[in-house]
Amino acid sequence: MAEKVFARPASLKDVPTHYCPGCHHGIIHRLVAEVIDELGVQDKTIGVAPVGCSVLCYDYFNVDMQEAAHGRAPAVATGIKRVHPDTVVFTYQGDGDLASIGAAEIVHAAARGEKITTVFVNNAIYGMTGGQMAPTSLVGQITTTSPYGRKEESCGKPIRMSEMLSTLDGAKFIARVAVNNPANMAKAKAAIKKAFEINIKGEGFAMVEVLSICPTNWGMSPVESVTWLEKNMLPYFPLGTFKTEEVAK
Amino acid sequence: MAEKILMKGNEALGEAAVIAGCRHYFGYPITPQSELIEYMAKRLPQVGGVFLQGESEVASINMVYGAAGAGARVMTSSSSPGFSLKQEGVSYIAGAELPCVLVNVQRGGPGLGSIQPGQADYFQATKGGGHGDYHNIVLAPNSVQETVDTTILAFDLADQYRNPVVILTDGAIGQMMEPVEMREPVASNVEKPWATTGLKGRTETNVVNSLFLQPDVCEKHNQHLQAKYALITKNEVRYEAIHLEDAELVLVAYGITSRIALSAMEKARKEGLKVGLLRPITLWPFPYQPLEEAAAKANAFLTIEMSAGQMVEDVRLAVGKDKPVHFYGRTGGMIPGTEEIYNQIVTIAKGGK
Repeated sequence: MAEKVFARPASLKDVPTHYCPGCHHGIIHRLVAEVIDELGVQDKTIGVAPVGCSVLCYDYFNVDMQEAAHGRAPAVATGIKRVHPDTVVFTYQGDGDLASIGAAEIVHAAARGEKITTVFVNNAIYGMTGGQMAPTSLVGQITTTSPYGRKEESCGKPIRMSEMLSTLDGAKFIARVAVNNPANMAKAKAAIKKAFEINIKGEGFAMVEVLSICPTNWGMSPVESVTWLEKNMLPYFPLGTFKTEEVAK
Repeated sequence: MAEKILMKGNEALGEAAVIAGCRHYFGYPITPQSELIEYMAKRLPQVGGVFLQGESEVASINMVYGAAGAGARVMTSSSSPGFSLKQEGVSYIAGAELPCVLVNVQRGGPGLGSIQPGQADYFQATKGGGHGDYHNIVLAPNSVQETVDTTILAFDLADQYRNPVVILTDGAIGQMMEPVEMREPVASNVEKPWATTGLKGRTETNVVNSLFLQPDVCEKHNQHLQAKYALITKNEVRYEAIHLEDAELVLVAYGITSRIALSAMEKARKEGLKVGLLRPITLWPFPYQPLEEAAAKANAFLTIEMSAGQMVEDVRLAVGKDKPVHFYGRTGGMIPGTEEIYNQIVTIAKGGK
């Protein structure tokens, strides 16, 4: 019999997803599920789904899940974690959810050093509602609510959440990664794993920001989208680790 | 049974929650409920519980959502402006059918209003409050002792029906001190097989959710909720009736206002006026039927509220058009006096108004 070298992670349900062709959510879901499997914590993991494109991720992750109101996932996760301190609680949130309507919740969860992991998918746009401007949309970026391009004088510049949250003592690990090529996917998975390990050890708050594409709402092919991300997002949202326990010492 | 001790309504409510097995509290400071959040901050760590001050009412109610979904007996409290902020979360909690206890120590409104007692959040509490078709069970105690008993009942009803229960008090009930007798701790061992605990050997994942993208599925969910509300309406109506047997005029009041109405009623009866009192204890489900029955015998009704007239709409629904339903209200944090209500009674008895 041939050796099985590739299989669906146990922490991902064997169901079709609703994501658009080329969307990075599928990759990021898989990386999170692989990490949960490798750390052997599927049995004690509870996820919190956001409002946004990944709202239905409670149907995809093969772990207990709660669906939160828009932006409130870190508060919901706090409630869960305080009831079951022995579990591994994570939130999965987009940029509108986390950086706009849920800005207070993520800041205070990080400030409290809440022992949860946040996977923050930043694609610089509101996907589910049809391509509106996000707090992470780039200056000049055309969206349905910035049809003439995002203007700095009226909307300011995009928020760099990783840099901002890394200033908080309660945040023990903050990294920004991308899944635009296989090498970066490997780095992304390593960062997600680190963020879950910190959670399991009970050290504090950990977040991995994953730069992602939205071909549908950017109005580009998946390949063009990856190029756009590399040319426009990477210079403004630099990849790297902004906080680790080594730096914190 | 324990001896009687003197306690503030807000603090007695907190102790009753502990007795009921509540070990998780999430809240945000606001007057006139602050004694309650402060009591929980002090008391919960003593019993191995979790107290957490959220960054806002919005965050606090969502922490309640998470904790209730994780299977805990959990409570939050606020006062009118803060309770408004919680309404988004309450709608999600009702939609996801999560048991929890929510306390609103009402003050004068609208907006920032005043910090004195009010009853102008009746519509918000009993008709939903947030978006969508849902009901909270709403309990309105009128003394510190009843606050204690009601709080313990609230946790049981929440678990029994998987429904949020609102304890609707006011700045007067919350702030006043009265002797109370605490009960023995209640064993809360309600099975919650639906809660998110981590799979722990289960093969099917538990999902706490209020989203149903298919409209027919969402309608089925609504029909299920409505069937539950019908059951609650059938089983859980609570009220107190005093002198309804011969009352020609029936006063209707809840909470602190019912205490003043009672004094006015007693004064009127001394003067030979046949006055009774119907006091709803559950504001939802509302005691429509007892009022309907009272309407068959009495000549008139007088609803008294610390609002511009909210519960009176339900009284009119119950009584119908054959008998007059009068209203007397004070607003903005003003509490009606016994004399004011007595004068209303006399005016109605003389056929005025």
